[in-house]
Amino acid sequence: MAKELIKGNEAVVKGAILAGCSLYFGYPITPASEIAESAASYFPMSGGTFIQAESEVAAINMVYGASSTGSRAMTASSGPGLSLKQEGISYLAGAELPCVIVDVMRAGPGLGNIWPEQSDYNQIVKGGGHGNYKVIVLAPNSAQEMCDFTMLAFDLADKYRNPVIVLTDAYIGQMMEPVEFPNKRKEVPYRDYALYGDKKTRHNLITSILMNTELLEKHNIKLGKKYQEVEENEVKFEAMYTDDAELILMGYGIVSRMLQNVVETLRQEGKKVGLLRPITLFPFPNQKIAELADTADKFLVAELSDGQMINDVRLALNGKKEVHLFNRMGGAVPSVEELLEAARKYI
Amino acid sequence: MKAQVLAKPKAFYDKFERKGGTNLETTHYCPGCGHGNIHKILAEAIVDFGIQDRTVLVSPVGCSVFAYYYFDIGNVQAAHGRAPAVATGLKRSNKDSIVISYQGDGDLAAIGGAEILNAANRGENITVIFINNAIYGMTGGQMAPTTMVGQKTKTSPFGRSSENEGHPIRMCEIISTLEAPVYVERTALVDFKSINRTKKVLRKALQNQIDNKGFSFVEILAPCPTGWKMSSVDSQKWIEEKMIPYFPVKVFKDISDDIEPRSIKKKTLTDKEILDVLGLAPSGKADTVDKDFLGKFSEQKMKIAGFGGQGVLTAGVMLAAMAMEENLEVSWLPSYGPEMRGGTANCSVHLSNKRIGSPLTTNPNVLIAMNGPSLDAFEDTVEKDGLIITNSSIVDRKVKRDDVKAIEIPLTEMASKMGMTAVANMICIGAYLELTKVIDTATAKDTIKQHLKKKEFVDINLKAIDEGVKYIRENYS
Ligand SMILES: Cc1ncc(C[n+]2csc(CCOP(=O)(O)OP(=O)(O)O)c2C)c(N)n1
Ligand code: SF4
Repeated sequence: MAKELIKGNEAVVKGAILAGCSLYFGYPITPASEIAESAASYFPMSGGTFIQAESEVAAINMVYGASSTGSRAMTASSGPGLSLKQEGISYLAGAELPCVIVDVMRAGPGLGNIWPEQSDYNQIVKGGGHGNYKVIVLAPNSAQEMCDFTMLAFDLADKYRNPVIVLTDAYIGQMMEPVEFPNKRKEVPYRDYALYGDKKTRHNLITSILMNTELLEKHNIKLGKKYQEVEENEVKFEAMYTDDAELILMGYGIVSRMLQNVVETLRQEGKKVGLLRPITLFPFPNQKIAELADTADKFLVAELSDGQMINDVRLALNGKKEVHLFNRMGGAVPSVEELLEAARKYI
Repeated sequence: MKAQVLAKPKAFYDKFERKGGTNLETTHYCPGCGHGNIHKILAEAIVDFGIQDRTVLVSPVGCSVFAYYYFDIGNVQAAHGRAPAVATGLKRSNKDSIVISYQGDGDLAAIGGAEILNAANRGENITVIFINNAIYGMTGGQMAPTTMVGQKTKTSPFGRSSENEGHPIRMCEIISTLEAPVYVERTALVDFKSINRTKKVLRKALQNQIDNKGFSFVEILAPCPTGWKMSSVDSQKWIEEKMIPYFPVKVFKDISDDIEPRSIKKKTLTDKEILDVLGLAPSGKADTVDKDFLGKFSEQKMKIAGFGGQGVLTAGVMLAAMAMEENLEVSWLPSYGPEMRGGTANCSVHLSNKRIGSPLTTNPNVLIAMNGPSLDAFEDTVEKDGLIITNSSIVDRKVKRDDVKAIEIPLTEMASKMGMTAVANMICIGAYLELTKVIDTATAKDTIKQHLKKKEFVDINLKAIDEGVKYIRENYS
C-alpha cells in the first residue's frame, strides 16, 4: 500500500491505471479537466494511450472501439459532455461492452456553471440515451472512494459487460485527501467476445443492431435479466445510526459528507437521527429503504438538484412514510448548519 | 456494366448466415449497387494480403450497416458517423490489427464530419473507404451532403438548390489539405478501367496501413440505382456525366513513398515500474503513530485565506500532508465557486482524529488571514474560542472579536528579512504548530523535505518553520 495526499480527480486516474485501464479518451471540461490532464501524463508514461478527442461524442466512441478489442478503456466529463456521450453509452450497453465513465457533475441546465450540482442523477441513473438499458452507477464521497470505485467500476463493467459510471461532483473531484493505493496492477480478464485481431476471435461481432423483432425483444429481455442480477448482487450503501433512528437523512456524494456531521451533532443531542447514503445509485438500495420504512418515521432527502433521487426514495417507500426534500441548486452547496436546521424541522 | 459474378472471395462467409431468412447466398444490396462491388474488391485484397485474421471492419450506419453479414473478418458496427472514432479506439488499442472504416456520404460527410476530419488530422493509421453515392440510400433516398445541385431526392424534391442547401461537399479536397494524411484518392465505379483502378487504390490504402505509414482515404463514386431511380446503366452514365466533372477522379495526395513507417513497439511496464511512474512507491512506513495523542484536540477546521500568490493553497496542502504523516484524517478543499472573488484565494483544511464529514469549512475554529480582505470576510464565521492568526505586516487592523484567541505575526516582514517573501506561509505554519501542537515539528520538517518539489528551497522553508515557532515562544508564551 502506498499512501498519498491527492485530489479525487487524480485518484481516479491512478486507480484506473492500477485497474489495468490502458486507454483514456477525453475532452476538456471544468470541473473534470483534471482527470484528462492527469491522464495525459500518466497513461502514456505507464505504457497506455491518451487521446484528446474532438468531442465527447468522439471520445465515447473511441472507448467503444478500444473496448471492442478487449482493453479496459475510460473517459470522463461533466454534465454537458455526458449529454453528448449518451448516444455512445446506449450503443455500448446495446453491444454489451464494458467501459468506465466518470461524470464530475456541474450545475445546469445548458451551460449552467462550473460549481457542484447533482442534477445529472436522472440522465445517468435513468439511462439518458435511447432504448431499454441501464448503467451501473457508483457515487463516491471521498478521494479514497474515487480511486476504489474507479477500480471497482472496471471489475463490474467486465463482470456484467456493461458501462459503469462513477457519478461524482466538483467538490469530491477537487478535494485532496489521503488515498491508499494497491501496489499491484490488476490483470485484465480475457473477453471471449472481443476482437483481438486473431484467428480465434475473427468471427466475433460487436454490434447493437438486431433487425429481427423477436431477436431484439429477446436481447432486451436478456439485458433486463442482467440488470436484475445487478440489483440482486451489487447494492451498496452506508448506514450510520439507522437502527433506532426516527428520522432518516439521505444523500449521496458531497452531501453525505455534510450529513455525517449533521447526524453526529444531533446524536450528541440525543436525537434519534440516522444517515443512509446510497453508494450504488443503480442498483438503488430499495430493500434497505423498505426495511427502514418499518422502523423510522420520516425521511429527509438532501440533494443538489430539483429533487431527482427523492423519486427513487419515494418508490422504495411506496407511500409508507413521509419523505421531504432539502435541496440547493445552481452550484450552492449547503453548509452543515443549513442542513442541521433543515433536519431539526422534522424532529 | 453488368454486375460481374465473381467467385466468392475467401474473406466472405460461404453462407451469409448472419443475414437470416431463406436466401443466404446473395447480399441484401440492390442490383447494381456500388456497395456489393466494393465489398468484393475489398474482400479479395484482404485475402491476397493475408490479413484476414487481423482485419477489423467498422461498418457505419447506412446501407452498408450489414457489411458484417458478409465479411469473415472482425466486425464492429458503429453509431452514425462515428466510425472513424471507433476505428481510432480499435487501432490505438491493438496496433497490429488492420482497421478499416467503411462509410457512406451521409455518415462521413454530414453527421460524422468532426470524426473523419479529426481522425485524418491525427493521422490515424487506418484505411477509410468512403462510398459517395450522392444520396442517403438506407433511409430511402434523402439528400446527402454530396447530392448534386439540381438533383432531386426525397428531401430536395425540387432539386438541390445551392442557395438553400449549399454545394456538394468535396471530401478528398478537404482531407488532402491536412498535413497528416498519407494518401488521398478518388475513384469511380463506371467501367472496367475505373474498377481496376479502384482495386489498385484500395490495395494501396491497405498496404500503407500494413506498412504503418498512416492515414489513407479512398473516396469511391458509386451508384445507388434505387435511390437515384435509374437503371444500372443510366446510373453509370450519370456518374460519368454529372458526378465526375464535379468530383474529379484523381490522386489528391500521396506521400506514402516519402513516409517512414512508424514504430508500433509496445511498452509493457512491470508493476514496480507502474508504481514508480504513478509516484506510488510504497513508503514501507507502518502506522506507528500513537493515536492517543490525537485525543488532545478535536477536529481542526481551518480556513486559510489570502491573496493569490501568498501560498495559501500550498500552506493548506502542506499542513494536510504533515498531518497525514502523523496518521490523522485530513481533507483539503480549495476555494471553489462563489467564494472565490477579488483575487483572493482560500482553502478549507480539516485535521481530525476521526473520520471527517464536510470538507468545507463554513465555521472554522482556526482562521489564518494573510491579508485584510480575508479577515474581513471570515472573522465573523470563526467559532467561539477559536484561533485567528493574522499577518500583521499587511492586515492593518486588530481582530474585533474578543471571544477568540487572536495572534498577530508580521509574516511578510519576517519572510522578507529571510530573503524570500514566499516563505511567509511556512512561518505561519511554524507558529500554528507551536500554538496548537497538532503536529510534531520534526514530522512537519520531514514532510517539507518530501513534498517540496524545488529541493533548493527546502532549507529556507525549514528555517521558516523555526522562525514561526520562535516568534510564538518569544511573544506569546
Ligand atoms: C443519429 C442517427 N440519425 C439518423 C439515422 C438514420 N439514418 C440511417 S442511415 C442514414 C443515412 C445513410 O446514408 P449514407 O451514409 O449516405 O449511406 P448509404 O445508405 O447511402 O450507403 C440515416 C440518416 C440514424 N441511424 N442515426
Ligand atoms: S439503396 Fe442504394 S446504396 Fe442502398 S443498397 Fe440499394 S442501391 Fe445500394
